Amino acid sequence: MSTDSHSNSAKSDLTPIVRLSAVNKHYGQLHVLQNINLEVTKGEVVVVLGPSGSGKSTLCRTINRLETIDTGTIEIDGKVLPEEGKMLAKLRADVGMVFQSFNLFAHKTILENVTLGPIKAKGMKKSEADKLALTLLERVGVANQKDKLPAQLSGGQQQRVAIARALAMRPKVMLFDEPTSALDPEMINEVLDTMVGLAKEGMTMIVVTHEMGFARKAADRVIFMADGQIVEEATPDQFFTNPQSARAKDFLGKLITN
Amino acid sequence: MQGYLSLWDEYGGQMMSAFWGNLQLTFWAAIGSLVLGTILALMRISPVPSFRAFGTSYVNIFRNTPLTIIMTFGVLVLFGVFKVQFSSDFNLNFFQIAIVGLTIYHSAFVCEAIRSGVNTVPLGQAEAARAIGLSFLPAARMIILPQAFRGAIAPLGNVLIALIKNTTVAVAGSVAEISGLMKTMLEFRADVGILIFLTIAVFFVIVVIPVGVLTTYLSKKLAVAR
Repeated sequence: MSTDSHSNSAKSDLTPIVRLSAVNKHYGQLHVLQNINLEVTKGEVVVVLGPSGSGKSTLCRTINRLETIDTGTIEIDGKVLPEEGKMLAKLRADVGMVFQSFNLFAHKTILENVTLGPIKAKGMKKSEADKLALTLLERVGVANQKDKLPAQLSGGQQQRVAIARALAMRPKVMLFDEPTSALDPEMINEVLDTMVGLAKEGMTMIVVTHEMGFARKAADRVIFMADGQIVEEATPDQFFTNPQSARAKDFLGKLITN
Repeated sequence: MQGYLSLWDEYGGQMMSAFWGNLQLTFWAAIGSLVLGTILALMRISPVPSFRAFGTSYVNIFRNTPLTIIMTFGVLVLFGVFKVQFSSDFNLNFFQIAIVGLTIYHSAFVCEAIRSGVNTVPLGQAEAARAIGLSFLPAARMIILPQAFRGAIAPLGNVLIALIKNTTVAVAGSVAEISGLMKTMLEFRADVGILIFLTIAVFFVIVVIPVGVLTTYLSKKLAVAR
C-alpha cells in the first residue's frame, strides 16, 4: 500500500506477515465477512474462535485466496494477493494450509505428498526434497509410514502428514482450518501437540478451531467472530476469564469446559 | 453348412482384412479421441471462461450430431468441396478422413467421461494442490487427472466399445471395412444371409467382450482408496 508510512529499511520487522484491510465478502445475500481488519505479525499465534457460520473458516480461506473477496485488500508479507496466475501460485507457496479434511493427495504415497510441493512448485532436487520430507515426517512422528498411501493411515496420522506437507514449503505463515474437527477424539491430541510444538518454535499461525485448550495453551491472541464480524480481540487469558461482549459471553457460556 | 463353408472359402480372407480395417480405425481413433477428449476436458474445468465456453460448445455440437453426417461431411465437403487431402493414396485418404471423423465425434464423449471422472475427485484435492503453490495445469496434470482417469475407466470403456462398433459407420466415408463387405456378401450369397449377419456380429462380440471385462477389472483394481 502506497499510503503505508513504514520505511523500507524497517520493513522486515514492521510489516505484518498477514494483513487484511477492510475485507468484505458476500455469499449471495449473506454478508459473510464484514469489514474485516486484521494484522498478524511474525511469530504470532492467532486463534480464531466463534460459533459455526460466523465466517471464521471463510476468513482463513481468503488468506490464500481459496475464497475470493469482494472488496478490501489482503497482503502476505507486504505483497497484495494477486487475482490469478503464476504470481498467486507463488504467494500461495509461502502460505501453508492445513484443512479440516486433510486433503492428502490420495494417489500419492506419504513421502510423495510431502515432496511434491518442494519439487514441482519450488524446483527443489528430488534427493534434497526427500531428505527434507523425511526430517519433517520424523518430526511429526509418521516417518515409518512414508511408503503407504494416505487411506492406509489413521486420521490423526494423515493430518500430521498434512502439516508436514505444508511445512515442506517453508511457509511464512501457516493456516489451520479446523484441523481437528474431523478427527476421532483420541487422535485430536496428537495433532494439537504437533501444533503446539510449531507454535513454540516461533511459526506464525492462524488457527480456526473449537479447541479451547489449544487456544489457552498456545495462542498469543484470540479473535472472536460472530455474524461475519470480529467482535472481540484479546489475549487468551482476558478472553476466557473476562470476555467483554455479550456474544462472547454467550458463546463461552455454552461451552463445556475442557 | 456346405454353403457357409464355401462363404469362408470365397470371402474369408476379405472378411479378415476388412475387419482388420475396423480394428485399425478403432486404434487410431481411440488414441486421437483420448488426446483431444483430455484437452477438451481440461478446457471445461479450466479457470478461463472462454476455454470453458469452447469446450462446452464443442461437446454439445459433436455429441449431438449423428456420426454418419460427420463421416459424409468429411468425404463430400472436406474432400469433395475443399479438396482436403491427408494422403495422395485414394483409399488411404478416405481411411484417414474416417479416423478424423471418428476422433472428432468420440472425443466429445471421452471429454464427458473424463469429466465424470473429475467429479469423483474431491474438491479438497484441487484446493490442497493450489495451496502448495501449483497453478492450474500442474495441479490438473499431477493431482486431478491421474485420479480422474482412474475414476473414468468404466465410462471410458463404454466409449471405446461404442467406438469399435461405430467404425462400421466408416462405410459412409467409402472406407473398405466389414459392414461394407457385409453388404456385398449379402448381395452375392443371399443363401446364407442370416449366417453372414451372425458371423459379423460374432466378430464384434469377440473384440468387445474382453474390453468390457478388462475395463471392469481395471476400474476396480485402480480405484483410488479414500
